Amino acid sequence: MAPVLSARDISKSFGPVEVLGGIDLDLEPGRVHAVIGENGAGKSTLMRILSGHLPATRGRLLLDGEEVRFSDPVAAERAGIVLVHQEILLAPDLTVAQNLFLGREPRRGLFADDAAMERRAAAALAELGADIAPDAPVRRLSIAERQLAQIARALVEPYRVVILDEPTAVLTPIESEALFAAIDRLRGTGVAILYISHRLPEVKRIADTITVLRDGRHVATRPAAELEPLDMARLMVGRELSRLFPEKAFAAPDAPVLLEAERVSVPGFAEDVSFTVRAGEILGFGGLIGAGRSEVFEGVMGLRKRSGTVRIDGRPLHASGAGEALDAGLAYLSEDRKGKGLLLNQSLAANLTLAALARFTRGAFIDAQAERRALDHAFEEFDIRAGSRELLAGELSGGNQQKLLIAKMMLLEPRIVVFDEPTRGIDIGTKQQIYAFVAALAAQGKAVVVISSEMPELIGLAHRVIVMRHGRIAGEVAGARLTEQDIVTLATGVGEGAAAAA
Amino acid sequence: MHETRSHETTSIEPGTKGETPARRPARRRRIDMRALSPFIALAVLLVLGAFTSPVFLSVENLTNVATRASFIAIIAVGATFVIAAGGLDLSVGSMAALTAGVMILAMNAVGGADVSTIAIGMAVALGVALACGLFNGLVVTFGRIEPFIVTLGGMGIYRALVVFLAAGGTITMTDWDLRETYRPIYFGDVLGVPIPVIVFLVVAAVAAVVLYKTPFGRHVVAIGSNEDVARFSGVPIRRVRTLTYVIQGLCVGIAILVYVPRLGSATPTTGLLWELQAITAVVIGGTALKGGTPFVWGTVVGALILELVANIMVLSDFVSEYLVGAVQGAIIIIAMLVQRSLQRGR
Ligand SMILES: Nc1ncnc2c1ncn2[C@@H]1O[C@H](COP(=O)(O)OP(=O)(O)OP(=O)(O)O)[C@@H](O)[C@H]1O
Ligand SMILES: [Mg+2]
Repeated sequence: MAPVLSARDISKSFGPVEVLGGIDLDLEPGRVHAVIGENGAGKSTLMRILSGHLPATRGRLLLDGEEVRFSDPVAAERAGIVLVHQEILLAPDLTVAQNLFLGREPRRGLFADDAAMERRAAAALAELGADIAPDAPVRRLSIAERQLAQIARALVEPYRVVILDEPTAVLTPIESEALFAAIDRLRGTGVAILYISHRLPEVKRIADTITVLRDGRHVATRPAAELEPLDMARLMVGRELSRLFPEKAFAAPDAPVLLEAERVSVPGFAEDVSFTVRAGEILGFGGLIGAGRSEVFEGVMGLRKRSGTVRIDGRPLHASGAGEALDAGLAYLSEDRKGKGLLLNQSLAANLTLAALARFTRGAFIDAQAERRALDHAFEEFDIRAGSRELLAGELSGGNQQKLLIAKMMLLEPRIVVFDEPTRGIDIGTKQQIYAFVAALAAQGKAVVVISSEMPELIGLAHRVIVMRHGRIAGEVAGARLTEQDIVTLATGVGEGAAAAA
Repeated sequence: MHETRSHETTSIEPGTKGETPARRPARRRRIDMRALSPFIALAVLLVLGAFTSPVFLSVENLTNVATRASFIAIIAVGATFVIAAGGLDLSVGSMAALTAGVMILAMNAVGGADVSTIAIGMAVALGVALACGLFNGLVVTFGRIEPFIVTLGGMGIYRALVVFLAAGGTITMTDWDLRETYRPIYFGDVLGVPIPVIVFLVVAAVAAVVLYKTPFGRHVVAIGSNEDVARFSGVPIRRVRTLTYVIQGLCVGIAILVYVPRLGSATPTTGLLWELQAITAVVIGGTALKGGTPFVWGTVVGALILELVANIMVLSDFVSEYLVGAVQGAIIIIAMLVQRSLQRGR
């Protein structure tokens, strides 16, 4: 079939650094075309070029075979091409419906037609299976809900090309399924879909065609039927990948308890949550979006109002702010790395040392040389990839931002580390590195908590998994019961009777 | 000093681990236009001024301009801290008037015409200004009220207190000998450089060191860039934020130390609209109003630009000097437009 949108020899440089070189791509109507590649391979950059957010340095775009040039995203949207960003870009003070129609509000006379907007927004959200009120301000939504709202924005208008940049990164399997169903319907109506994801099984499931990028170059374009996830991984990283999860080290059941939470409640989000983590142990936290996992740990850290008792090494921790917790050796790596993790408009070095700045002083002053050495070391240890060390944090690719955030918190040498969605948006090669790193932390006798919406991650890494539902602990699984089925049952509450009977 | 982000050239060896081999190693020198633009504007103004009047480029005229710019420059350096942390202080003009009034009253009360009287007056002035700054800061951080509102309130309170202390009239230094002793602080010079200019250069230099070289300065920038990230990184938000207002107070106090010997009096109109001029200087200097990117030397240049514009308008006769305010107002808008377009260009 004739492609709707084609890219020919697209290249992009930022200053002297070429991040994309000579890319060709054809999008056909009614087909899902997946683009995969390591962090920093240039996927998002290519998508931003296709959708008018960035000009290409070289190359042409063809729409229905005619050369086009988009001056801005609005021009591309008018031509029927829409990009759902990897980052969440919504106005927090507007309602969901107002965001979905931002810049193209339906009118009734002189006024924006709020009722019509809310009706159509509700329909689009329902199609995604999202339980979000269209008149709720975006500020009140969780990240996952924001992501769904952002995707819904691409559904309220009949676009010809819909580009989804890592739409499932913040979603749990259940919400992802609803998204796939919506994508299938779009495909059925002849829309061309461009799909980016680091979750290779998901790519296998949804894509018709797969293009692989590596280091800004085109590596392969193949029918999805010909590629298994393992083949994709090999093409992405350019070498054979060994097993994803490291061997689980033995966690001594009598090791000292490093972190203990007793009846912790965070008003509005979580109630009566108690758990302990021992040295050398990896404790998983599973559950659906909105189950309150992140909020519990923000409460534990003292970043939110909480009641209940938190003890580190048996000593109570007040809820006075992150400073006290960090000093006590408890570090929390937020799932929201752009909103709570990194200063996007500051340098890499300033970000790296922010939490541990006291270790980078000489007298009253910051030791810039020591900072630079730390950055070099972080680049090496965490395999951070960037064209230059003078970039701003916001200019790193998503996966490399995550590595920078890990490096930042590890500078504090914490004894208890809480990873919230540590591999969100991270390529498979890097995932393997992060898993190895998490396991090594535990092996060194640190206590580790991993909050994750990816079941295989919880099962592959954790010694035991606590599952939360609606702000409460629904149960705990370990050993032989550490299976996807058991976690899902607890997380959703469906078939609980059967599970309890088993 | 550290006005450009490119102050350190880190060259990256090819093949360093973590570098993607397919890409050329980048030595990226980024000249930040935002940091440079105030200096370019200053140069343009100097050239423009040279054409308008033969006296403009005289040493005497230029030192005069710099001396008159010193109050706003010093206050604006303080404002750079507040704004960099994402705050705002509208009360500096009133605070300046109150500080000057109380200082003069204190010196009058102590009596005598020697240096010790002045020292006591200075201590009182710094105390008053610091207290005002601390008040602003504490209400903003612990009261969790928008800085715009808090300092708008402060602006009214401090102004009313001056009017009250002056009973609607003028507060003057009564002792003429004391005036004589204090006079050199404004009118004197060291090797031809007026003392107020030396003071503002020292204040700016210290501020630049604090802002760019100390953990506190880094924390200010972090809070202004993204308060949540700072909070999650364990930055003591309230303490840092409060301190920015205290520093603003300190700067107002220092400005008043050199201001009082100029006229030897304070009136209900002392420092009127200084807050606007200080904010304008900060913005012209390239510091973003939304916080996170302070340029101390840009701020100083901003204050000089404001005074130069006034000077050129007085010297030339294209435009009535009554319109100085209008031109200065236009400049802040132009500065914002330039900033905006530079941001897009990135
Ligand atoms: N504004 C910018 N200036 C300089 N370099 C940039 C800029 N934006 C992106 N880059 C660089 O371009 C490269 C490609 O980034 P891009 O975001 O396209 O990667 P990606 O494939 O989407 O990665 P991820 O899977 O991590 O999202 C990265 O090395 C990144 O650092
Ligand atoms: Mg990306």
